[in-house]
Amino acid sequence: MLALNGLNGPGFGPIDARVASGSCLAVMGASGSGKTRLLRAIADLDPAAGNCLLNDTPRASLPATEWRRRVAYVPAEPGWWAATAIEHFLDAAMCRELADRLGVEEAALGRPIEELSTGERQRLALVRALQFEPEALLLDEPTGPLDARTTELVEGEIRDQMRRGACVILVTHERAQTERLGADVCTIVAGRFDSPVNEAG
Amino acid sequence: MASYVTLGYGDIALAAILLCVNAALSAVMQLGLGKRIVISAVRMVVQLTTVGLVLKALFVVQSPWLTVLVIAVMIGFAGYEAYARQDQHFTGLWSWGLGVLSMAVAALLVTALALGTAIRPDPWYHPQYAIPLLGMVLGNTLTGVSLGLERLLASTTQKRSAIEARLLTGAPMQTALKGCVREAMRAGMIPTINAMAATGVVALPGMMTGQILAGVEPVDAVKYQLLIMFLIAGGTGIGLTAAVLGGARLLSDDRHRLRLDRLTLRRGG
Repeated sequence: MLALNGLNGPGFGPIDARVASGSCLAVMGASGSGKTRLLRAIADLDPAAGNCLLNDTPRASLPATEWRRRVAYVPAEPGWWAATAIEHFLDAAMCRELADRLGVEEAALGRPIEELSTGERQRLALVRALQFEPEALLLDEPTGPLDARTTELVEGEIRDQMRRGACVILVTHERAQTERLGADVCTIVAGRFDSPVNEAG
Repeated sequence: MASYVTLGYGDIALAAILLCVNAALSAVMQLGLGKRIVISAVRMVVQLTTVGLVLKALFVVQSPWLTVLVIAVMIGFAGYEAYARQDQHFTGLWSWGLGVLSMAVAALLVTALALGTAIRPDPWYHPQYAIPLLGMVLGNTLTGVSLGLERLLASTTQKRSAIEARLLTGAPMQTALKGCVREAMRAGMIPTINAMAATGVVALPGMMTGQILAGVEPVDAVKYQLLIMFLIAGGTGIGLTAAVLGGARLLSDDRHRLRLDRLTLRRGG
C-alpha cells in the first residue's frame, strides 16, 4: 500500500490518500492543477513536507535511491542519458521481452533515441521503470501519445502489474481509461483533491 | 646590474595616440564602442597607476599585515569577477562564495608552495614576490573557475530531464551528474592546456617579455615563466575541482534530488 499523509509542496497539497496493493488511483484535473508536481513529490524529486509510506515504511527511513526503484515514476516526457534505449536497461533480455509485450519492435531498442517516435519513447520509459519490479507505479499520462492498439497493450500491462500486487497512481485525461482499469477517480483542483479519497481505509 | 630604458610619461602618451585609431574605427564603422574604449582606457590607466603606487609603498613598508590585506583585496576582486561572468548563480551567500573560496584555496596553496620551495624570498612575505605570483595564479584560476562553473550550471539546467531520468532508476546523484561534472572540468582545464602548448611559439608570454625588457637573462626569464605556467596549471586544477565539485554538491541534497531551485538566472546583463 502507498499512503500519502498531508503531502504538500509549492503549488499543491496538503494531500491525503491511500492506494492499496493491486489497486489504481486515477488523478484527473486541468493542466497546471498540480498533478505532475504531486507525482514528482511522491518520487522524492522535489522537496515536500508531509509523509509518504510504502507498506507502512516511511519514506525517510529508506535511501532516496531505493525509494525511487520501489516507487517508480514515469514522467509524461521521460528523459534519456545515453544514445540508445538499450543502454538504459540493466537486464537487456528482460527488457526486450517487456518492450515486445508493449508493441515496441526490437530494432527500436538499438536506434538513436531521437529517431524514436514519442509513443515508442513513452513505452520504453515504462519498460525502464518496470525492470525493477516496483511496488508502486506513478504514471503521468502513460498513453498520451499512443494510438488505440498500443494504448490497449499498455493498459494490459498496467493491469498485469496490479495483479502482481503493484499500487498505481495514474494521471490521465481520459475518463474511459479509468473505467477500463477499474480505478478510483479523484479530481485535483488548485493542487488539492476536491473530495477526500478512501479516508476511512 | 639590470639595465633597462626607463620610459617617460611623454613616451606613453605618444603610444596612447594609437587608441585614436580604434576610436576613429568605431566612429566610421558605427561600432558604438567609442564610450567603452574611453572608459576602459581610463580604467586601465587609473588601475595600473594605483597598483604601481601601492606596490611601491608596500615594498618600502614590508609589513606582513599589509601584504595579507592586499592579497585579501585581490581575492575579493577575483571573486566578484567570477560572479559577474556567470549568467546563472546559486542563491544566497554561495552565489559568490563558491568562486571566492575555490580560487582563494587554490591560489594561496600554489603561491605558498612556490614561495616555500622554489623562490624562498627573505622574508617569505616579501611583497615583491608574493603579490605578483599570486596575481598571475589568481588571474588564470579565475578563468578556469568561471568557465567550469558556467558549463556545470548550463549543462545541468539543459540536461535536467536526463539527470532526473537517471535518478528515477535509483542512481545516486554522483552518477547522474557525472557527465556534467566531466564536461565542466574539461571546459575549465582546456584553456590552460592550450596555453602551455602555444606558449613560445604563437605568443611570447607577457611576464617573460617583461623580464627580458627589464634586462633579465632570457634563460632566467624562461625559467620564471616555466615556474609560473606550472603554478597556473596546478592552481587552475585545484580551484576548478573545488568549484565544480562544490557546485555539484550545491545542486544536490541528501535525498539525491537535483536542486535547480537553488539557481537564479540573471536576465539581460
